[in-house]
Amino acid sequence: MIANLSWIFFSTLLINNFTLAMFLGLCSFFGVSTKMDTGWRLGAANTFVLVMTAIAVWILNTFVLASAPYLRTIAFIVVIASLVQIVEMTIKKFLPVLFRELGIYLPLITTNCAILYLALTQTTRGYNLAEGIVYAIGGGLGLTLALSLMASIRERLDVADVPAMARRMGLVLIIASCLSMAFMGFAGMGSG
Amino acid sequence: MTAIEVQTVDQVPEPIVPGAPPPQPLWLDFWRGIADDNPVLIQMLGLCPTMAISNQVSNGLGMGAATMFVLVFSSLLISSLRKVIPNEVRLATYILIICTFVTIADLVMQAYSPLLSRTLGPFVPLIVVNCIILGRAEAFAGKVGPGRALADAFGQGLGFTMALLIMCTFREVVGNGTFLGYHLFGHNYEPQIFMIMPPGGFLTMGLMFLTMGWWGERKKVKLARAGK
Repeated sequence: MIANLSWIFFSTLLINNFTLAMFLGLCSFFGVSTKMDTGWRLGAANTFVLVMTAIAVWILNTFVLASAPYLRTIAFIVVIASLVQIVEMTIKKFLPVLFRELGIYLPLITTNCAILYLALTQTTRGYNLAEGIVYAIGGGLGLTLALSLMASIRERLDVADVPAMARRMGLVLIIASCLSMAFMGFAGMGSG
Repeated sequence: MTAIEVQTVDQVPEPIVPGAPPPQPLWLDFWRGIADDNPVLIQMLGLCPTMAISNQVSNGLGMGAATMFVLVFSSLLISSLRKVIPNEVRLATYILIICTFVTIADLVMQAYSPLLSRTLGPFVPLIVVNCIILGRAEAFAGKVGPGRALADAFGQGLGFTMALLIMCTFREVVGNGTFLGYHLFGHNYEPQIFMIMPPGGFLTMGLMFLTMGWWGERKKVKLARAGK
């Protein structure tokens, strides 16, 4: 049981990292990774939403969707949108400072592909509640890891002399490629 | 407030939608999606599917067709319903409409080409959260008539498919030595497997943006020289 859970956790965190190996949540990955602070805060918000989604999806799969599998995508997206709305209202009420810092990227979590991907994969792999939650934590921490790595590199890039043609996105993508290559090394641990 | 209530239906003028795109010929609406406003290369939207499934040309064709289908039909429906959809819940309505078409595309693909559906995996249902589609609904289809929305959707869909195919072709030819499954260089060619793995996706996209940047810089220099 523990071995299974830890395998799910580490394979999602490192081998199948949501951002660098599965190409999920790239919009926020490239959009928010300019500053370390906002980077890891968004990662934390994402992790929280991912865990909530895993729980909600497990409830939906067990009690509702068994009788109507064709409504899967619609049900998931509606649940995710309402979850993000609830999280947004809670943060606005209790942590107004964090709310101002995250700005537009908080509601945009709804359209982060990582969340819907988690919901769909959790369903196809038939994870139970504990496995689903561990999967979500692994995925969320993986996103946070990739975001902070990228942000720390881009903070340095701000003071570097970059050729004009690479200034927009080119260099950032090449860096992402190198990071992704580094993460490929973890594939030696096995394939998940 | 009360003035609106006394007006009869035929007196109500066509409401000027705030932020509506300025009128222009249909072919320009179409062409903008392919060149000046290309969703992937210029607006940098929909990067996730572009990089994730672009390791084979056949994947690119399937994904492009599915996205195009969803984009065209959701744009058409949204722009036809634009006067009925209340402004406050428009985003939720757009997502539901998009989701319906994505489910249709997903089920059709599962039924008629199960192999493609298995390779693309969760990336077909993930079209729902492709920013291109919601972006077009919010910026264009929700504000103009069905004709212009259709032209725009076809343009953006073709632009997306084009960018996707450029990526796919490069990655499959270099990474596997094949194009659509046909061996190009004979069997002595050592495929650069790196290109069809995840880092290759980032790298190809990066090279594409570098090329665009180089081209843009060159244009700027030429313009500056012409000015002087």
